[in-house]
Amino acid sequence: MDFTLSKQHEMARQLFKEFAETEVAPLAQETDETEQFPEETVKKMGKSGFLGIPVPKEYGGQGADILTYIMCVEELSKVCGTTGVVVSAHTSLCVDPILTYGTEEQKKKYLPDLCSGKKVGAFGLTEPGAGTDAQGVQTKAVLDGDEWVLNGSKCFITNGKYADVYIIIAYTDIVEDRRGRKVKKFSAFIVDKDTPGFTFGTKEKKMGIRGSATYELIFQDCRIPKDALLGPQGKGFPIAMHTLDGGRIGIASQALGLAEGALEKTIEYTKERKQFGRSISAQQNTQFQLADMATKVEAAKNLVYRAALKKQEFANGAKVSYSVEAAMAKLYAAEVAMEVTTKAVQLHGGYGYIREYDVERMMRDAKITEIYEGTSEVQRMVISGSLLK
Amino acid sequence: MKIVVCVKQVPDTKGGVKFNPDGTLDRGAMLTIMNPDDKAGLEAALRLKDEYDAEVTVVTMGLPKAEDVLREAMAMGADKGILVTDRVLGGADTWATSTTLAGAIRNIDYDLIITGRQAIDGDTAQVGPQISEHLDIPVISYANSIKIEGDSVVVQRQYDDGYHMVKAQMPCLVTALSELNDPRYMTPGGIFDAFEKEITVWGRADLKDVDDSNLGLAGSPTKIAKASDKVRKGAGEKVTLEADEAVTYIMDKLKEKHVI
Repeated sequence: MDFTLSKQHEMARQLFKEFAETEVAPLAQETDETEQFPEETVKKMGKSGFLGIPVPKEYGGQGADILTYIMCVEELSKVCGTTGVVVSAHTSLCVDPILTYGTEEQKKKYLPDLCSGKKVGAFGLTEPGAGTDAQGVQTKAVLDGDEWVLNGSKCFITNGKYADVYIIIAYTDIVEDRRGRKVKKFSAFIVDKDTPGFTFGTKEKKMGIRGSATYELIFQDCRIPKDALLGPQGKGFPIAMHTLDGGRIGIASQALGLAEGALEKTIEYTKERKQFGRSISAQQNTQFQLADMATKVEAAKNLVYRAALKKQEFANGAKVSYSVEAAMAKLYAAEVAMEVTTKAVQLHGGYGYIREYDVERMMRDAKITEIYEGTSEVQRMVISGSLLK
Repeated sequence: MKIVVCVKQVPDTKGGVKFNPDGTLDRGAMLTIMNPDDKAGLEAALRLKDEYDAEVTVVTMGLPKAEDVLREAMAMGADKGILVTDRVLGGADTWATSTTLAGAIRNIDYDLIITGRQAIDGDTAQVGPQISEHLDIPVISYANSIKIEGDSVVVQRQYDDGYHMVKAQMPCLVTALSELNDPRYMTPGGIFDAFEKEITVWGRADLKDVDDSNLGLAGSPTKIAKASDKVRKGAGEKVTLEADEAVTYIMDKLKEKHVI
């Protein structure tokens, strides 16, 4: 068992750190204030290969591993939670399912542009009546000749409107299970932005990650080609669940980055801030709080990296599941992010409540990591389900 | 087209500066980066590679850990890396360094050599032009733009108040300013590829047509009398006066110190 990162990974981290500090950090506050999707940063990330890190070179990717991708999201999120989730949703929820389940034609058609940043990706499963309960999905796809006809809507879709390629989950059949209950069979589809009948509804106004575009997607007699089906018909639910397993590692690394960023800012601040004639870092309360924060961040990092390595085993062809590791990483890292950013605000005192200070934004950004791509409660269901089966 | 780029691993000025007892820099103990002017030179070479499919070889002289700067250059897109390292080359000044690098470059086919104008740890701006003298090829310094025209390079040579447009037939050497461009970032895939490539390591024995008396600390005409980190200035003097009186006060002080 070796916890040492390779020289390649260390250099990759240095690259992501330099990019984050130079290109992302100066815009983080403005991105949050104006709720502007960071389009220019996305272009730069595409040019530098950040949008197709774990994709083989034959499809225009970087041919690097999952851990490298995870470190990218982590370093970006240290300075800007918005930029972290843009990369995570694009890579884990759109690029990854196309790579895993796509036909050779689909991979060649979509992956090079997604990896270069010419196109951005998104994923649509959630609906107003279906979040955690996937059976509530109302979006329907009916085969009509050589085309699927989509009807329905999706909500809370990250990268919505700015994305060009959408992985959409819709039901394609209703069957009876063994007990005679009617259950929906889902399928996954690749939908291009400019398809007639595909429009965008409301843009959500959010508490945090405010620069990330969160939109409603509307499908009204939206006709897509028959070969837009991703993976086998009727296998949309396992495809969505497997995709979310990977997505959870991305969000776990976003949460990890937010916690690390808040901890770094708090260490700097407590050294500078003077009360009662000495810096507050000289107070034992501050020291103990920082020690607890750092220990939890380190534990979260180990869970996140372990989940990434397990997913790598799967990507390398091993028949392993990384579902539990991903759930544990996301559950713990998200809760650590919330706890550490909250303590960071507290240690900043009144200044921590002011928008000028990064920890204020980080605390707002952290909350969503306990909710999206499976709430903390869902992660507990996944983990306990594996214990009690 | 074949391009050689000379790069130097220099102390990261964000970290502290450390010295050996003889006054030379303790390079092994400091955080390091690729010298900014050299990075701009590398970017210029990589753009020529993009445009003309040139082959870019990066050469550095330094401690074994200078390999890192070659890996970085290769992760940005350079094709080959050559590390010139040997105990007898340590403590070299600009003369011994340029002699060493020229000795290494004599082993390589090249049309164009690009170096940075100067390194941030020495600020001499001598090594590039000295290499061109050793190799007996033309040099154009302070390049703010580099273009290829047939078998020549056309360079905008920058001055404080203007520029020259200079054309030279290849092979030649150009020294680059950091203002020349915004160097690209490494790519994640480029990093993994860079570690799969071999780095050529050369020692004293591999240098062509050089004399031992021109190498290392012993072969360096420059002798360092004393070296130090930045010296902190005093707190200064603060006076509160009316504007007229303040001007007179300042003028008197400047005269007293023979500034005016």
